[in-house]
Amino acid sequence: MLDRREFVGKLLLDRKNLLVIAGLGSPTYDVAACGDHPLNFYLWGAMGSAAMIGLGLALAQPAHRVLVLTGDGEALMGLGSLATIGVKQPGNLVIVVLDNQRYGETGMQPSHTRAGIDLVAVAKACKFADGIHVSEIGAVNRIRDLVHNGAGPILVQARISSDAAPRVLPIRDGHAIKLRFMEALSDL
Amino acid sequence: MDDRTKTALNWPEAIYAHFRRVGIRQVGYVPDAGHSRLIELCVHDPDIHDVVLTTEEEGVGLVAGAALGGERAALLMQSSGVGNCINMFSLLGNCGFPCLLLVTMRGEFAEFNPWQVPMGAITEASLKLCSFLTYRVEEPGDVDEIVGAGCDMAFNGNLPVAILLAQRLIGRKEWTK
Repeated sequence: MLDRREFVGKLLLDRKNLLVIAGLGSPTYDVAACGDHPLNFYLWGAMGSAAMIGLGLALAQPAHRVLVLTGDGEALMGLGSLATIGVKQPGNLVIVVLDNQRYGETGMQPSHTRAGIDLVAVAKACKFADGIHVSEIGAVNRIRDLVHNGAGPILVQARISSDAAPRVLPIRDGHAIKLRFMEALSDL
Repeated sequence: MDDRTKTALNWPEAIYAHFRRVGIRQVGYVPDAGHSRLIELCVHDPDIHDVVLTTEEEGVGLVAGAALGGERAALLMQSSGVGNCINMFSLLGNCGFPCLLLVTMRGEFAEFNPWQVPMGAITEASLKLCSFLTYRVEEPGDVDEIVGAGCDMAFNGNLPVAILLAQRLIGRKEWTK
């Protein structure tokens, strides 16, 4: 099983111009813990929207790579989004689901993935170009390469341990997060 | 065909002309009879990404992502779809994303299906509670002016704007076809 902070830290190493959407809860803290970056769009709400924000951004910015980093509960809430993304086939979109099989923010209740619901199988059924299960840190370089160069859409289901990591809270003002992101993107 | 009939038939074209004018690049929608002509126009426009959604709430995320990437987007839905979006609308106000929503009304005029009435009856009030500016269009001849004004309000001011296309404008659903 993966340590979430180690995995996300190595995944975002040398991230270049990668545009990152972070799903609410722990994925937002994980991305912030790697070092704040203006090309991070941190979600603090709108559960289930991360993948679709990724799609809108990927369609608007076809020359840039878009990474959606989110949790299993958040991804499950937007499961239909995978079908919508499968129709559009954005080649520059990668979704990495940090899967601890639990709802971490609300008391670690088991999620559907705990019962064996397979998000990679769902993504493949939704015509994703690739879908991968990862549970060993040795695979992180391969995943990072896919994030930057793989033909999307790709979904990675990363099995992380349910150990709680220290909370690293980024800015919460949505206007500030948005404006900072858009300004940094326009400078690329 | 008199002018009024022509206008009545062309209101989807009037909306589409404003999409072109303000540079809409992404259009999210759930297939809908009332919006069918407008959807067709968008699907055949190479400058527009048409994004067919499984549920309307996906469209709110799409709009936010498009705006982050510097593109303008519009959402097309029925009044019932507004109810599917409520929590997602929080994205708009929290971040100041513009949102142009075109809503075909059900359950308010010559409605065959009473199950459409409960959501249709609270659509405009729900949108107002979610901080949308709402405009109702009853007459085909008003589509151009109201949609034009709505586009400008949404994109000049980063505001959520909903235009409700009255069921009387859209016409009776033909159940015999």
